[in-house]
Amino acid sequence: MKRRTILSSLVVFAVISALAVAGCDKQKNKQTTSQDAPLAAVNGMRSLQDFSSIKDDRERALAIYQEIDAVLSHPRCANCHPAGDTPYQGNIPKPHQPLVVRGEDNFGAPGMRCGTCHGEANFENVPGKPSWHLAPREMAWEGKTPGEICAQIKDPERNGGKTLAQLTEHMQHDALVSYGWEPPEHLEPVPGSQALFGQLFQAWVDAGAPCPPAEKTR
Amino acid sequence: MSITLKINGKEHTVDASPDTPLLWVLRDHLGLTGTKFGCGVAQCGACTVHVDGNTRRACVAPISGLEGKEIVTIEGVEGPEADAVREAWKEIDVPQCGYCQAGQIMSAIKLLEKKRDPSDEDIDLGMSGNICRCGTYMRIRKAIKQAAGDLG
Repeated sequence: MKRRTILSSLVVFAVISALAVAGCDKQKNKQTTSQDAPLAAVNGMRSLQDFSSIKDDRERALAIYQEIDAVLSHPRCANCHPAGDTPYQGNIPKPHQPLVVRGEDNFGAPGMRCGTCHGEANFENVPGKPSWHLAPREMAWEGKTPGEICAQIKDPERNGGKTLAQLTEHMQHDALVSYGWEPPEHLEPVPGSQALFGQLFQAWVDAGAPCPPAEKTR
Repeated sequence: MSITLKINGKEHTVDASPDTPLLWVLRDHLGLTGTKFGCGVAQCGACTVHVDGNTRRACVAPISGLEGKEIVTIEGVEGPEADAVREAWKEIDVPQCGYCQAGQIMSAIKLLEKKRDPSDEDIDLGMSGNICRCGTYMRIRKAIKQAAGDLG
């Protein structure tokens, strides 16, 4: 009788424990998918919490910008922000093969458009997203320091006329930006995730969007 | 899975996996063998077709993204630019082995639609993705210029 009581107690305890663990998992999932909750560090990108020990707002924002710069200067993004008229390709950037140029509208030359090869989604080794094209000449990042790129992306004259809020939205949700995290298998993705990147970008904007000195190199 | 594609103005329902490249459907399912397989990785231009008015490499265009689009191949291409290119190609006797020429012609037509009087540089940039192992580039350039002249 006593043994049966102990067994019953164990079963009840196990059921309660299982329900509690399931509840915790549910809560954890909810938090990690929330737009507002701090997301965990992932794929080489630090989380907001990793910067919480930096008490000065500006210093913290400048530290966060290093994570942002690691994305912007990554070949997945920078290859199509060239200083000239020809994009680069590959993990070690080389001029695009076959030869392509930006053309009048940044979508390629007549007869040889970006969309001639790049479709709306990756196909085998060929990268793809809707509206595949080069960044306009005024958005060139090639050869620039983090501070120069930072000043550039904030400047409506050189960022497509965007406010900081619109720029944040662009970084968080733009389909072509999302390509950075979703290249074909043979190409290295940019660090982190678009959600975490968007969260860091928002935090940087909220802190006044400070830029590192233009002369400071990576 | 069956997918309906509009090719050269006519609807074709084919039974193929959605990730099948258009080139395979053209050649193997529909017998439209004018469009050639060259490299299979969008590096040579032999498989160039037109999709919604732009050049597209059929070897890297999965049919899942082509439903409802206007696909034109070398067998069905028409219009003043196509006529002018065809005549110039014959007159100048552009092809040598001919394998790449369907792709060359499809790109040349789109170049002329957008650039009525292309310079040498326009031709080089517009045709840079179409490779000819026989090296007929000079005749291709000459033919495009002649076609441009004929178009006026």
